[in-house]
Amino acid sequence: MQRWPVLLFLAWVCLLFFAGIGLFMSGFLLTRIELASSSSCSDPLVPPPWERQSLPLGSCWAPQRFSKAVLVIIDALSFEFARFNPTKASPLPYENKLSFLHHLATSQPRHARLYRFRADPPTATMQRIKGLTTGSLPTFIDVGSNFATYAIQEDNLLAQLVQNGRRVVFMGDDTWEGLFPKKFFRSYFFPSFNVKDLHTVDDGIMQHLYPTVDSGEWDMLIAHFLGVDHCGHKHGPDHPEMAKKLTQMNEMLRSLVDHLGNDTLLLVAGDHGMTDTGDHGGDSEKEVNAALFVYSRTPLFGTGPPEEPEAVAQVNLVPTVALLLGVPIPYSNIGEVMAELFSGDGDAVSAALQQLSVYHINAKQVDRFLHSYSLVAQDLPAEQLQHLQELFSSAVEEHSQLLAQVQGSTLVPPELESRLGSLISRFQLYLREARAVCTQSWARFHPLRMVGGCTLIAASCLLCYVASELAASSDCFYRSCLLYPLIWGLVVTVLLGLAHAFTQEGLDLLLMSSWAAAASQLGFFWHWWGRHPKRARLAGSQPPLASIGLRQRLREWLGLAFPMGILLFRCGAMFSDSFVVAEARVAPFLLASLVMLLVGKLHWDGRLTVPEGPKQQLLGFSSYRREIWYLLCLVAMLLVCVRLSGFFHQCREEILQCRPSLFLSPLASLRNTRAKNLFYLLCVALLAGLVYAVRSWLRRYGNLNSSDPLVLFVRWGFPLVVLCIACYWAVASSADDSLGKLQELVQVAVVAFPWAVYGLASVGLLLLLCNPMTVFAKDTRESAGSIVTPYLGVPGSEVNFLHVIPQIYKRMQESQKSCLERGNCRATIAAYGLGSVYSAALVIALTLLGFLLMLLHSERLSLAFLLLFLEAFVLLHIHTRARGLAGDAEPFSVPWYAVISWLLAASQFFYSTGHQPIFPAIHWNAAFVGFHLDHSTKLLPAVLVGANTFASHILFAVGCPLLLLWPFVCEMPNSQRKKPKKESREELQEVEEHMMEMRLRESPEKFSTALLQLGLKYLFVLGTQLLACVCAAMILRRHLMVWKVFAPKFLFESLGFMVSSICLLLGISLVMRVDCAVSTWFSQLQLR
Amino acid sequence: MKEAAIRRLLAANLLCVLSVVLTAVVPAFFWDGFTVLGTHLTWLCICSGCVSTFNILLHLVLKPNLSPKRSSFAHKISRFLKCCIYFFMSCILFHAIIVLYGAPLIESVTETFLFAVLLSTFTTLQCLCMLGPNIQAWIRVFSKNGAMSIWENSLQITTMCTIFGAWFGAFPIPLDWDRPWQVWPVSCSLGATFGYTAGLIIAPLWIHWNRKQLTYKSR
Repeated sequence: MQRWPVLLFLAWVCLLFFAGIGLFMSGFLLTRIELASSSSCSDPLVPPPWERQSLPLGSCWAPQRFSKAVLVIIDALSFEFARFNPTKASPLPYENKLSFLHHLATSQPRHARLYRFRADPPTATMQRIKGLTTGSLPTFIDVGSNFATYAIQEDNLLAQLVQNGRRVVFMGDDTWEGLFPKKFFRSYFFPSFNVKDLHTVDDGIMQHLYPTVDSGEWDMLIAHFLGVDHCGHKHGPDHPEMAKKLTQMNEMLRSLVDHLGNDTLLLVAGDHGMTDTGDHGGDSEKEVNAALFVYSRTPLFGTGPPEEPEAVAQVNLVPTVALLLGVPIPYSNIGEVMAELFSGDGDAVSAALQQLSVYHINAKQVDRFLHSYSLVAQDLPAEQLQHLQELFSSAVEEHSQLLAQVQGSTLVPPELESRLGSLISRFQLYLREARAVCTQSWARFHPLRMVGGCTLIAASCLLCYVASELAASSDCFYRSCLLYPLIWGLVVTVLLGLAHAFTQEGLDLLLMSSWAAAASQLGFFWHWWGRHPKRARLAGSQPPLASIGLRQRLREWLGLAFPMGILLFRCGAMFSDSFVVAEARVAPFLLASLVMLLVGKLHWDGRLTVPEGPKQQLLGFSSYRREIWYLLCLVAMLLVCVRLSGFFHQCREEILQCRPSLFLSPLASLRNTRAKNLFYLLCVALLAGLVYAVRSWLRRYGNLNSSDPLVLFVRWGFPLVVLCIACYWAVASSADDSLGKLQELVQVAVVAFPWAVYGLASVGLLLLLCNPMTVFAKDTRESAGSIVTPYLGVPGSEVNFLHVIPQIYKRMQESQKSCLERGNCRATIAAYGLGSVYSAALVIALTLLGFLLMLLHSERLSLAFLLLFLEAFVLLHIHTRARGLAGDAEPFSVPWYAVISWLLAASQFFYSTGHQPIFPAIHWNAAFVGFHLDHSTKLLPAVLVGANTFASHILFAVGCPLLLLWPFVCEMPNSQRKKPKKESREELQEVEEHMMEMRLRESPEKFSTALLQLGLKYLFVLGTQLLACVCAAMILRRHLMVWKVFAPKFLFESLGFMVSSICLLLGISLVMRVDCAVSTWFSQLQLR
Repeated sequence: MKEAAIRRLLAANLLCVLSVVLTAVVPAFFWDGFTVLGTHLTWLCICSGCVSTFNILLHLVLKPNLSPKRSSFAHKISRFLKCCIYFFMSCILFHAIIVLYGAPLIESVTETFLFAVLLSTFTTLQCLCMLGPNIQAWIRVFSKNGAMSIWENSLQITTMCTIFGAWFGAFPIPLDWDRPWQVWPVSCSLGATFGYTAGLIIAPLWIHWNRKQLTYKSR
């Protein structure tokens, strides 16, 4: 049997997929690391002492210009909405509606100004709020200290205000509540989720806005209106509703300005724009083009407004507001101050000096941030950082020189002015370049990489399909389809490596591996195509055969249509946010449909009815075979399992009326002691039931007779594991206060029991790897007698084995029969459990893994795990039965419907073990099973949480080879049932029937091909789902829900793919390991 | 002969379609505020009632399956009772399957049950009319090459179309369009109804296209 080529081929295919995923991720997911540090008033950044002395009380870093500020955020206020063009004769519904802003800007040009406000992608509201407060560029994943909450961990404007004793009052969008918990002095939140609701938020704000402003109990007031955005989503911008909404905003601003005092700064900003359809989220011109309006009753600007409104980046608001209000700039800010707001009333020189000082502070802060960021992460290119550093130090040097000259008053105004101007522009240059560098690495999709990754994944799927068809038919498959492609890939890698060595460029490992993957794929398809015409020519020489082949192929395609149709539905569901949200119900629905369709198809084909005899044909009646009831019971059981598993669901926030399942919370949170005890007993009883079921299954197939360490472990270790888990649950779920003195003991026990389970399970797995044979051989021959007399060949040769195994079998059968019948045993070997040796090893491994995973979940989810095992068992049986009934199928190939139903069950149980593909739904508690709130490394908690999240993926992937093995295991009962019916010739047949899994050993070539085929089919179905997710994320990257639904779904799906494929490899290699052990066992037997 | 039979089938099926359409239109004249979507449960009742009575009448008139032997009155009564029991059982079975497919278990039981009744009307009742309470015949009809007359062929097609219609009807439920027809079980029952009517129309056409290939075994 070829073991290594099979594993190598599967590993190669997995690597192709990984390269595709990696490439796509690098183009799609923008990542950034959050820094925990925050600025404070006493930082040594502050300007030189001579200026410091003039700082008024309550100011940090720069003198405070305004004591109060009102920030009005009108969600999705595009620049087009805010600008007013009086010459326009027939404005569109969204044009010329904010007339009051225009009125202010024209009547008081030194008090008010309108800007283009450039938002950075992703233009989703949450990311924009983050940007508007931290002054940074939030990406989809801000790698911070805590994934579990959305709360902003980075230093931000609100945190600085609160830290410096300002009162922040908020009203509007309740997204802020999650982002800034407990930061507000007073707050009025309104639900933001319902996009159809245009008025709740706005009317709520309006109700509180003016009384709050008049009361004066605030220093910073933020009002976030959502009506415009919701109107865009519901109707689009070009709609009369939008005109009404904007007019309402106009009136609101008009009366708000009347309520403002002289020391108050008013900022009206849109967090992003909107497309012509009213959507946002991407980086198109219309989405990033928002409006900013600044107004104060005291003069702000030294000069009049420019002709065309200036464009400012959104992050620039943060340092500007911070310094205007006299608080430190947030630590991670990369924005640039809007200097014209700092010019004040004085002459040109003093204005320039003032601007210079804020630029200086700003530049120092940005430099500090870049320095500390580059210490933590390497994603900013080093040479550009170096260049920035040079810019900064030269500007600072010149700044200090200039200040010294100013102090010595050696410069005269004209020269001074020009030097000041040039220095300011140097600071500006530095700040802009710094921001550009950050933007480039944090806020851009790479469409080329995305398309490349998508193509790689699609090609890998195709490769899986082609190879799974090819593996069975071709002879020198591995050479042409594995070796050559690998060589192609290696050659490309070496060439690229050499090219890099010559050009001295930075080596991008990801790009190189994707090129290598693409090359090896090309190699595969090239060789496949090269062989293809030959076959066609061969077929062409025999026309009648070809036509039959065509018809057969057509029928095959039709047969494929029904499982593939279900898969297609599943993939199509990934493209709609509603279906992704409702996937917990979609997967079971499709699974049930697949199984029902399977039964319906069998019935339609007449497989379920007894072949019609002449008598029945006359009557026109048909009756069912007896097996049909068994099959129907199995299907009913599967449906019940599927339905019951729906009780363990977790909720997403998108479904408003959803209540999470009661079973998800740990037992410790139950108040009712009696219910707690009952649940505890139920869980433990079911756990014991699982062990009992596994043991009785093993006993039934004779795998529990031997005295090998593994069997002993199954007999004694399994109950011990259950005991440990039960003790752990008891300790963990007991109320903390009731134990009093035993507290310390409990602390030890909470750690000790999980470790005992980990230890026992790893011992079990090690034993399984060392000696996976669960066969009990009873040697009753005399010392001289050999089992198979005609055997004189060289022991150990492969050919020999092929001949020997069936013989041993026959012998065993005979000996058993003779023992029973005649009462005297002849000299033979009786091997118990040889027929199910592969499955037994897999079942033991799965049970051990199941124990580990149950330990990581909360107690009551063990019920879901038991359902999982039951459903998998039922699925295997349905598959076996359906195969037996369908008859003609090739025994060594697993049909598509089985693989697809297996994977549907895997994704169904992902949801039914209380998970959802969103970050807040991850069970973080799993990281602390057996640990006391401290981890020295990050790897271990990641493994634990990953195992918890992908529990069902792991179990189903490891158990995948069972799909191939199970029909062989279940052979025995069938033949026994047939026995009474058939009268003659049963002797010979029965010997054949009892081979079970040893049938696989009879033809090792076919066995290895079958394993490869199964693995490829599994990877194909997984890969197709992944491809659908990837395409959805790529195509819908401008969708409103991309960061909330599609991107997390893609992340979970790709991680799930990696986990599944690795576990699949492990499962298959376990089967191979057993095969090795069986070979050695036979050779030892022969030597004896 | 065959052409005439097909024409008869077409006429019967078109009458069935008409009855379905009428159940949606006519009650609105008698009762203010009746709409298929708004008062869905009423419509479900009316539709199942009308379609079943109409079907029974139609089969009494047309008698597509003339039973060769004349049966006694007692035999007829027992047949009728059996049919009733079968119909009720099929309602229960459909209800169970719908719940297993994910319909709410406790809430909106009435809706689910009425939907099951509708499905039974479209499928089981037809079978009962055509084949009688004879499970063996049912099994025969619903397998490949099992149909023995164009009526049975039509039965196959309408039943499958109904089931598939109901299945597809479940698809729009999760979408966030907030339409009144997305509420359980409106979309499914509408899907089943459309499937049924489509099946009724498709069946004669399909039989007409394939009349050369269709050769029925004699009993």
